This record gives sequence, structure tokens and C-alpha cells, in this order.
Amino acid sequence: MAIATRAARLRTSSTGEPLRPDANGSPRERLTALAFIAPALLGFAVFYFWPTLRGFYFSFTEYDVFNAPVWVGLDNYRAVLEDAVFWNSMKVTVLYVVINIGTQTVLALLLAVLLHRLTRSVLVRSVIVLPYLISNVVVALVFYWMLDAQIGIANQFLGWLGVDPVAFFGDQNWAIPTIALVNTWRHLGYTALLLFAGMLMIPGTVYEAGRVDGASEWQMFWRITLPLLRPVLALVLVITVIGSFQAFDTVAVTTSGGPAEASNVIQYYIFDLAFQRYQFGYASAVSVVLFLILTIVAFFQLRLMRADQSDMA
Amino acid sequence: MRSHRTPRRRTRTRTGVVRAAAFAGAAVLLSGCASYGVSPGADGDSGTVTYWLWESAQLPAYQQCAEDFQAQHPDIDIKIEQFGWDDYWRKLFTGFISDSAPDVFADHTSRYGEFADRGLIVPIDEQVEEAGIDLSQYVAGTTDLWIGPDGKRYGLPKDFDTIGLFYNREMAEEAGVSAEQMAGLTWNPTDGGSYEQVIARLTVDENGVRGDEPGFDKSRVKTYGLGLGSAGAPFGQVEWSYLAMTTGWWYMDEQAWGTRFNYDDPRFQQTISWWRGLIDKGYMPPLAFTEGGSPDQQMQAGRYAIVSEGSWQTANYGALEGVELALAPTPIGPSGKRAAMQNSLADSISASSEVKGAAWEWVRYLASEDCQSVVADAGVVMPAIASTVEASKASLGKTGFDITAFTDQIDAGSTFPYPAILHAAEVQATTTTGLENVMSFNTDVSSLTQMNERVNALFE
Repeated sequence: MAIATRAARLRTSSTGEPLRPDANGSPRERLTALAFIAPALLGFAVFYFWPTLRGFYFSFTEYDVFNAPVWVGLDNYRAVLEDAVFWNSMKVTVLYVVINIGTQTVLALLLAVLLHRLTRSVLVRSVIVLPYLISNVVVALVFYWMLDAQIGIANQFLGWLGVDPVAFFGDQNWAIPTIALVNTWRHLGYTALLLFAGMLMIPGTVYEAGRVDGASEWQMFWRITLPLLRPVLALVLVITVIGSFQAFDTVAVTTSGGPAEASNVIQYYIFDLAFQRYQFGYASAVSVVLFLILTIVAFFQLRLMRADQSDMA
Repeated sequence: MRSHRTPRRRTRTRTGVVRAAAFAGAAVLLSGCASYGVSPGADGDSGTVTYWLWESAQLPAYQQCAEDFQAQHPDIDIKIEQFGWDDYWRKLFTGFISDSAPDVFADHTSRYGEFADRGLIVPIDEQVEEAGIDLSQYVAGTTDLWIGPDGKRYGLPKDFDTIGLFYNREMAEEAGVSAEQMAGLTWNPTDGGSYEQVIARLTVDENGVRGDEPGFDKSRVKTYGLGLGSAGAPFGQVEWSYLAMTTGWWYMDEQAWGTRFNYDDPRFQQTISWWRGLIDKGYMPPLAFTEGGSPDQQMQAGRYAIVSEGSWQTANYGALEGVELALAPTPIGPSGKRAAMQNSLADSISASSEVKGAAWEWVRYLASEDCQSVVADAGVVMPAIASTVEASKASLGKTGFDITAFTDQIDAGSTFPYPAILHAAEVQATTTTGLENVMSFNTDVSSLTQMNERVNALFE
């Protein structure tokens, strides 16, 4: 019914301008729209918006879940600034994100280009996303055992090559790179597929023109693929960077933040504070700080990469 | 993987498989209920009593106990649920918050102080007195562990455990170390005594050179004389407490529930210094090697010759295929005596239980000889009632281990109780960082003095 009215109005529109959905609409239309949005909105309100508000509130309190929160003003935030463990966690997390996003994005781009320019095989595409289909916890545990310093298969191979055993998860310098690369392995195919989908939107005629002009594959990648992919790449980066900042499960099932806090990423620290040490107020404050940092990072990423504009005229 | 080790007496809260990954969004996403505190429950004498425990190996024995109990109490239904160690405490925590905690649950000395302090579990002094339960029937030292920070009793012991040395019998024979030698080891923090000599002897590098022979290459060790599971925060229950305690050191200013700690004591720091020295000498793996396979897996792979472990691991080590293991008591220290931490589990009643009357009947039955002799026959742990220990020795003896290595220490009075404290999770976090830094040679042993200050600050 509502659709029919809308269609009728579209037909009667006499101006030559592109038609935009009427922001005001009739009350009836708004009601219909609301009905469609309601389930998602309800879920958002109950499971995201309200808890977020409460989280903000808890961040100003001392709260152990069993007793009523006590208002402490900005004390938690002052404590965060002085908390050496928090700053170490931020450092560790940033290192993790840099390694994870750096390797993942470059490799995913490479993989997507290969998919785009060399093969269109559905089988290859399916194989590439396989790691993503395995649960994070399973991936983490399998690597944890494979990379054991004494009885892991990886060090067995290294031994044959004459390399001393490496404590991939246990060495303080190796722990974060190892965890970051394990997650790169898992997310690589998925990210590549997203970029590949973006590449499919680039018109083939552009490449044809490039080839006529005598451009090499290398030149076409830098001059055609990358610039035209930019909006998609920006979106993928925003999503993966935020996801990367939220690294938790791999750490939780392997090193638990150790040794000596070398892999104590921020999400694990928050989890530890809240669910193992019952400091929900302080954990909320750390979460809010993380929230603010992520917001700023996402804002600048979108701005710098002009994600809302496309170079495809 | 950690949960494979069934670290049932471990205080480490570091995790195994985390189903709580769903918690990842964590605190910001925490949606709470409007009211705080737990419901007061009721004293119902009949109905369904939910009972939780974490050790799967013990499930059949307690299932049997429940059946026997229900035959005597037809109006009470016992519903047993079992969750692995890490999930267990998290589920319990969310259970308390959402008023869905079990009526009765197996409790740990490292945890119940916080529960009691927050009023989540109820004291049972009155019931114990009314029922006229003879506390002297339990193995010495087990009942006192359950007197909480407020001086009230929060559980009746159901079993007990101590520490011993599991070692590879074939490796010992090859190295010319006899069972008598293993049973008579001595230790001191200066030169390590015969304990260090045996550890050195059992260490073998890839060229087959032993740790006490010239030409030993400590950078290419095939078998470490002494295994390592973790840095042992906060109490080194299986890692270093059996050594530190023979020097006359104690954790804090009180037997339990202390508020000033002694990690700054030279006797403690000398012990850790010697222990860490084994890594330097190549007799014990670097701390970095402890991420990955667990000590029992390394033992099975022949990477470790000796590990200090808890008695609750007896059945697990007995079941390891491909290696022949034996058991020895912990070494005799400067005090002229051995030392081993003794802990005991008990069952606690939730404050929110609607059927506390029935719950008490069940707790009483679990702590009775009827149930504990069933537990003894199951051969997984040693029950707390002294008269059932003989039966337990026989059933645990089927694993091939001479468990007098554990029980002799109780008879000799050389055990010391698990040091129960408040703020356990905070102390855990602080000492984990402090000890891991020392054990990875990031900081000097003397940095434990600063760690001690941080721990003390938690109680101010």
C-alpha cells in the first residue's frame, strides 16, 4: 500500500531533478518505516545503546556488581592516566594493530589482485576464505600447540634447518608478532574477498584503455586499481582496524596477557579487570577511553582517505 | 592448553578455553539488573538441590553419592552439573549476579574468602554444632582452612591434597639415581643440595652430555632435569612453596587472611634466586618455554625428568602413555624437614539458595564417611576423613605410584596450609607480573621487594 502511494508520487513528479526520498513523508509512511526498523532498533537499544550508557555511568563509579555503584567522579579516569599497566596495554595493542593490519592489508591486496587479474575460479575464492570459517579459539589453540618451543611441530622444522627453538608465544618479543600474524592468517582471505568485491566494481574498460596505452600490470595496479578502490579500501581499513583493536580471544586462550604483560592487549586487560578482579567501574573507564580512541582513529581514517568520495566519474 | 592440566588447586586465573569470549565487548556492554546484592533465599528442606563441581574425573563418584543420598532423602533431588575450571568460576560469578547460582558448589580456598566477604555464601557453624559433627575425624589441618576472614566456618572438607615430585623412572635409572636417593633428597638455597645434583644429573643435552659433566651445552638441552609450569604466582603452590617453606619463611603476617606480606624476606628471595638459577644453568627451561604444552605433556615427551606437582594430578600422570613415572616426596630443607602445601576442598552453600535446609543435608552427606569412602574407591583424590585414607591409598596405588610420598608428610606434620587471603585476584595480578619479570630475567630478584610493597598497598 505504502509502496503504491510512493510509486504514484514518483510518477507525478514533474521536476527534472533526481528524486530523493521525501524526508517528511506521510505519517502513515513513517509508521511503516518505523515498523520495519523496530526489531533492529529494539535490539540496538537493549543490547548496545542502553549498556553503553550504563557503561559510561559505571566509569564514574566504584562498582563490583554485588554492591550498588558508588559515585567517584573522575577518579577512575585519573587512575587510568597513571596506570602503567594501561599504558603498556595501549603500547602492546598499537604494536599488535600495526603488525596485524600492516601485513593483513598488504597481503590481502596482493591476493585480491591475483584473484581479480589472474583467476575467477570460485573454488580458489572459497579456499581463500576457509581460515575465516574456523573459530578463532580453535585457530589460536592449534597454533599454540604447533608453535610450542619444545614439542611443537614448527620448531621441529626449524630444528632441521639448524635454527634454535623459538618460544613464539612465550618470548616477550615474539608474543605479540606471533598473535598478530596468527590473526592475519585467519582474516587474510576474508579481507581479500572484500577488496576483490571492490575491484569487481571497477569497469573493465578502464583496464582495456590502460592496455591500449601500453601500461604494465604494475602500472595498472598503482594507477587504476588502487585509486579506484580507495573508498572500499578505506571502509575495509576502518572495519579491520577497529576489529584489530578489539583483539581478545587469541590472547585469552593462549598467553592470557603474559609473559609479564607482554601480550596484555587492552581488551584482555579490560576483561581481566572486570570479570576476574570485579573492578567494573575502573574497567568501564578503560573501555570508555578505548571507545574515544577508536572514535578518533576511525574519524581520521575516513577523513584522510576521503571514503565518501569516489574517483569513478 | 591449560585446561587440559585440570589445574584444580591452582590459583592461577589465567585462562584455558574461554567461552566468555562473548564477554569480549566487556564492561561497556555490561547490562546489569536494577537491584544490587543477592536475594536472601529461603530455608526449604525439600526440593531440588543443584550441585556444581569442576573436576570431570570426580563426577562418577559424586553421582554415586547423590544416588545414595536420594535413597535416604526421597524428598530431595540432587542435580549435578560439571564445568571445567575456567568456565566454572565465571559461570559461578554470573550465577551470583543473576541469582541463578547453584545451591551447593565445590569451593576453593583461594576463592571462598571473596564470596564470604560479599555475603554470597553462608556460614555453617550452627548447623555443624547442631548436627554434632566430629571435626577431629578429618585429616589434620583440613577443617581450619575453611574458617573465613570473619572467623566463621564456610565449608566441611571433602578431600585434601599435597605436593610431591613426579619423575621419569627410566631416566633416573639410566643416570644412576636410585629410588632411595630420590626419597632422601636434601635442598638448601645456597648450593641446592643433593636436589640440585640430581636435577643436574638428569639434565641431558642433545649430544648426550649430562648437566653435571664437562662439555654440557646448556643452549641445546634435550631433557631438563626439572620442569617448569609457570612462575607460580602468587603462592607457588606446586612451583616453589615446597622449597621456600623449608627455610622458615611464611607468606604473610598471619596464618590466613593476613594483610602484610613477606615477599621482601631474604629467605624467600634466596629461594627464588636459586630456583631461577636453574634456568641460567640450563637445568630448567626458560619461562618462555612454558607457553604451549603443559608440564604433563612435556613429561610425556621426555622433555622433563622431574616435575613438582599436586597429588590431584596422580591419576593424570599415571595415565600418561609411553613413559614410566615414579613419585618421590619433596626434598628436606634447611629446617631439617620436608614441606608441602596442603589444601582441601569443601562444599559451600549459596546465600541465595531457596532450599538451604536441603542444601545443608547434602553438604553434610558429602562430608560424611558414607560419601567419602565412595570417593576414596574412585581413586582420583584423597578424601578428607582420615579413616578413608587407607582405602584411598589402595585405589590411588593402582596408578602405580607410591602415594605415601604425599601422605607421609601429613603424618609427619610437615605440611603447611594453603594461605587463604582476601583480594586474591588482585594479588594474583600483581604477583604474576612481578614473578614473571623475575623469572624471565627482566628484573632482578630484589625487585620482589617492590612487588611486596604493591601487594601490601592492596590491603591499605
